[in-house]
Amino acid sequence: MEKWYLMTIVVLIGLTVRWTVSLNSYSGAGKPPMFGDYEAQRHWQEITFNLPVKQWYFNSSDNNLQYWGLDYPPLTAYHSLLCAYVAKFINPDWIALHTSRGYESQAHKLFMRTTVLIADLLIYIPAVVLYCCCLKDISTKKKIANALCILLYPGLILIDYGHFQNIYNSVSLGFALWGVLGVSCDWDLLGSLAFCLAINYKQMELYHSLPFFCFLLGKCFKKGLKGKGFVLLVKLACTVVASFVLCWLPFFTEREQTLQVLRRLFPVDRGLFEDKVANIWCSFNVFLKIRDILPRHIQLIMSFCFTFLSLLPACIKLTLQPSSKGFRLTLLKLYSVILFFFLYHFRPVCLVLSEIPFMSTWFLLVSTFSLLPLLLKDELLMPSVVTTMAFFIACVTSFSIFEKTSEEELQLKSFSISVRKYLPCFTFLSRMIQYLFLISVITMVLLTLMTVTLDPPQKLPDLFSVLVCFVSCLNFLFFLVYFNIIIMWDSKSGRNQKKIS
Amino acid sequence: MAAFTIAAGTGNWFSALALGVTLLKCLLIPTYHSTDFEVHRNWLAITHSLPISQWYYEATSEWTLDYPPFFAWFEYILSHVAKYFDQEMLNVRNLNYSSSRTLLFQRFSVIFMDVLFVYAVHECCKCIDGKKVGKELTEKPKFILSVLLLWNFGLLIVDHIHFQYNGFLFGLMLLSIARLFQRQGLPILSRLVLNSRGQAILPPRLTKVLGLQKRHMEGAFFFAVLLHFKHIYLYVAPAYGVYLLRSYCFTANKPDGSIRWNSFSFVRVISLGLVVFLVSALSLGPFLALNQLPQVFSRLFPFKRGLCHAYWAPNFWALYNALDKVLSVIGLKLKFLDPNNIPKASMTSGLVQQFQHTVLPSVTPLTTLICTLIAILPSIFCLWFKPQGPRGFLRCLTLCALSSFMFGWHVHEKAILLAILPMSLLSVQKAGDASIFLILTTTGHYSLFPLLFTAPELPIKILLMLLFTIYSISSLKTLFRKEKPLFNWMETFYLLGLGPLEVFCEFVFPFTSWKVKYPFLPLLLTSVYCAVGITYAWFKLYVSVLIDPPVGKTKKQ
Repeated sequence: MEKWYLMTIVVLIGLTVRWTVSLNSYSGAGKPPMFGDYEAQRHWQEITFNLPVKQWYFNSSDNNLQYWGLDYPPLTAYHSLLCAYVAKFINPDWIALHTSRGYESQAHKLFMRTTVLIADLLIYIPAVVLYCCCLKDISTKKKIANALCILLYPGLILIDYGHFQNIYNSVSLGFALWGVLGVSCDWDLLGSLAFCLAINYKQMELYHSLPFFCFLLGKCFKKGLKGKGFVLLVKLACTVVASFVLCWLPFFTEREQTLQVLRRLFPVDRGLFEDKVANIWCSFNVFLKIRDILPRHIQLIMSFCFTFLSLLPACIKLTLQPSSKGFRLTLLKLYSVILFFFLYHFRPVCLVLSEIPFMSTWFLLVSTFSLLPLLLKDELLMPSVVTTMAFFIACVTSFSIFEKTSEEELQLKSFSISVRKYLPCFTFLSRMIQYLFLISVITMVLLTLMTVTLDPPQKLPDLFSVLVCFVSCLNFLFFLVYFNIIIMWDSKSGRNQKKIS
Repeated sequence: MAAFTIAAGTGNWFSALALGVTLLKCLLIPTYHSTDFEVHRNWLAITHSLPISQWYYEATSEWTLDYPPFFAWFEYILSHVAKYFDQEMLNVRNLNYSSSRTLLFQRFSVIFMDVLFVYAVHECCKCIDGKKVGKELTEKPKFILSVLLLWNFGLLIVDHIHFQYNGFLFGLMLLSIARLFQRQGLPILSRLVLNSRGQAILPPRLTKVLGLQKRHMEGAFFFAVLLHFKHIYLYVAPAYGVYLLRSYCFTANKPDGSIRWNSFSFVRVISLGLVVFLVSALSLGPFLALNQLPQVFSRLFPFKRGLCHAYWAPNFWALYNALDKVLSVIGLKLKFLDPNNIPKASMTSGLVQQFQHTVLPSVTPLTTLICTLIAILPSIFCLWFKPQGPRGFLRCLTLCALSSFMFGWHVHEKAILLAILPMSLLSVQKAGDASIFLILTTTGHYSLFPLLFTAPELPIKILLMLLFTIYSISSLKTLFRKEKPLFNWMETFYLLGLGPLEVFCEFVFPFTSWKVKYPFLPLLLTSVYCAVGITYAWFKLYVSVLIDPPVGKTKKQ
């Protein structure tokens, strides 16, 4: 590849932006007694370093689970342990049992930020670069532009480097991306291994497991379940089981251990949603207090059913016709699906950016916007505005998104053709989407301005954050419909193209 | 929607580059800032709260006003915006005051003033020869030049981390250079008059006719204004003076390129003089009326400082000092020198301004002045006897800046930017210049590293440096891929040596026992290593200027 240097430049820009964002404050800085997610991460280092493995997930006099107890899968804990060894080498005070609670200093902040950067550099960034290089049918320039936009995606940068979430999202996302990469390049075993690691790093990745499962199953069916497909299926199953066993080995010694870890990972008693989150439940809550009306387990079942139902059509299709593009689309749709789900935490991947640049950019902008209340709380207004603008500019210049709003570019051709059979006057679709985009951007900008400048009325202190959730949720609903349409009508257009060629 | 599309500038790479770097500057706001931040805050306070008569006398803070009057007026205007941010920063006695609002205001004022720089870069790009346009956008000289200027590593860290207002000053300089290149109405002069090797291809008479229309007056005006903003630009004033005299006041050349004495135009000399005089009158007039000119000048030119800054700028004197040090160590070992006679001042320790030489003779301000003049002279002669159009002027300007950097008194390492930025314009036009440019920028930028010594900025400076260096080397290599390689093995080896040097200075040295014994060692190494590269680039550029045939003698191609 002749333009390798441009790829290096893109990676360097991504790294520079990440590091400059990390100079800002983090969640819970100087806010005793609980501090924030930053302290959680530090606390886990303290716990994993000082206590034996058996006590990590159990409440004890040394390990108060109420104070940022470990509630992520074992791989996260191992990672914390690794960081703790480095911390021990630099300054043992940082991870001293009990006494280090709420430890804050410039040097320590620097250390924590560096651990994020290194994890990112080792796992997420190579995955993104390799993914972009493996994209088929596009020019080198587009590949590089794609990498730039993915690396500049502000949501991930702000959460990992600004807010400092209590988990390294880039690691879990990076593993998941390696999984996607492996599966789409036909290295199925490697892909499933990477994906298992992702699940073992962050249980949230389980949401992605359904498309993975369906896709791989579909592949096996395609090869014929009696011959090669069966061999593949067995191999895959072995890989998955082996990687899980490996990760959970210290916890399999006793039954109680395993159960306790699982209980910590899936805290079903936490309720439908925690904070102001841009998902359906939270927005709905404004009109009807579901949380108070329904008992916990019904909430759980309800949200699970909704999620499953909204995913089902795409998954069935994926099983029957496994194609790597459909696979990526399903993954993306998943993110909009998550708004039906339980707690917040959703981090979209820009997997289809090069295929439907307009809609993807829009979607990613909305997703960043929905994080606004969280970021404001951490005094990250400046970096979030700047990175969002940078991302927007990068997308606009590298994909010229405004020129790609025709029906074909939005992949809505076959859909509008089939609608026109019943409604002949249905020709305004692409124009309508453009206006919708404009309206949505203007609302987001206005709402941001209002949140920053105006004080909310005393009766409704959460007015603006609820509004932000509501607006983002409306947008996400729209995307949900859109992506469903695309997936459903996808194969038809594919067949049409084949006929033409 | 259509209007929005245009506003967003689909495919407009220049605005994307400019906006991108502006956003990066905004991200740099929370980074470390040096004492220059307090310097400028103090100046804001002085100009805001004191009458003009006291501007150059006020000495509450140690950071007295030592820039020319236009800069003081600039601070005065800024202070009237500043009062809406934080009134407290405008108090002269409020030393070392830095609230978050003050920080925001000061940082944003630098970012905002860079609009002028962006405009100047835009104008400069118009002067670039557009003939060798590749199909790819990233291979166009214009694109490369605008990245080299807009994303310049030195400017980014000096202005937006270290804190200074160089951006808009360099903007003024580039603007005046661009005006010397441009004709009224038609911007792309060089494409018509110069061929791809930067030599004039039109007959001299036609060049004369075109030259008539160049916007020399505007260029002279901008430069005069610039001089009254910051007097460091005096270093390049000889190039401006000689070029304007030779190419503007004499309207014609003989066919062999030498001067035609009877073509002297008095009108032009007088109009040029008038422009310079009026600008100076506007700036210095009030102080002349107050009878304060001597005081102003004593503030502007303090010769009480030492030969070298606390951290040696990588120039000739750094090599000289190092040689002295080496000789004294050898002398002590071989018992030639008496240890009791050696002055105890530890060099580059930060506080000591005066460096006493032990073996070699000490250097006085007068010596440096003479050295500088001698170094500048040949390039000026070249400009006079072998005029090569605006490009020749640009090379002479770079040489002036470099020579004074090499031999000047109390030179700051930041002054290297004065050579790097004009040199960028040359680098995209000719392979030879590109190779000199790359050596100069890489070593020059690396020599800025000690400016940022705090841990959080370490990744930033390394990342940005890598970003700029990799980009400049790769893009210029792509641009000139048909010509011979840009570096020979020696230059490649030297440039690659910067990597291990950085690793040693920042990552290995702090963990060794030398840290206590020789705390100045990393600075010394950096300074001497970079001095070698910069001297080499200076020498190479000089040779290429002297060897290049004059315009008239080149065969028309």
